[in-house]
Amino acid sequence: MEDAIVLNYAISGEDFTRAGEASSDVKKKLKQMGVSPEAVRKVAIAMYEGEINMVIHANGGEITVTITPEEICMVLDDVGPGIPNVELAMQAGYSTAPDEVRSLGFGAGMGLPNMKKYTDSMEIDTRIGEGTKITMVVKI
Amino acid sequence: MTVKELIDQNLAEVVNAGEELDRKITKVFCCDLLSIAMGRAPAGCVWVTVMANINTLAVASLADAACIVLAEGARLDENAAKKAEDQGITVLASERPIFDLALSVHDLLMKEEREKEGKP
Repeated sequence: MEDAIVLNYAISGEDFTRAGEASSDVKKKLKQMGVSPEAVRKVAIAMYEGEINMVIHANGGEITVTITPEEICMVLDDVGPGIPNVELAMQAGYSTAPDEVRSLGFGAGMGLPNMKKYTDSMEIDTRIGEGTKITMVVKI
Repeated sequence: MTVKELIDQNLAEVVNAGEELDRKITKVFCCDLLSIAMGRAPAGCVWVTVMANINTLAVASLADAACIVLAEGARLDENAAKKAEDQGITVLASERPIFDLALSVHDLLMKEEREKEGKP
């Protein structure tokens, strides 16, 4: 794609306090590009939830964001344990997050539902023991 | 009411005055679960919470809250305070309970609304 801008981020799985830096950077760049505040907010929320999930469950991974005049596509790729039951994980309130994560205010089982809510499309490709790849698109 | 006008009401101590002080406040939002706040906090809200860690700042910024009000004596640690400064996020803090603070902000917003409509 001629007009596409591609951003790549390596997500560290070790530092919970740094989770969100990639999403913040994307938010900043989209704002600078003049993308509508509504679309920026959707991307920021969906990507942050995904980023947090990668830190909590998958020991990090990679995020690729492709920006075109029509849409913003986020691909979140990890080599974590995979999601055993996607249908269950998509239910609001279902969570397997550990207690220390809950004590920080996360792990309410809203991550994947929020990601779906704030994007125009979301696909989950997960393999047990191999990893998860989530592709989300927000139309501009 | 803007963030600056809220600060001028002296409802709470200013921990960090952010970059968008002229931002218009839309609503008050109360929640301590970041996962829920992320999905439900309205853009431009005053977010009242006791959750005062570094992730609170990330959520406020990404969910596009106008400012954070920490209740019940909750305070940012050194790292989080630095992040608030770096990211230009306005953070206020008070010993008062969440409900009291939220009600005070709500009353101010309602007063402004009435004045706009020319009602007493």
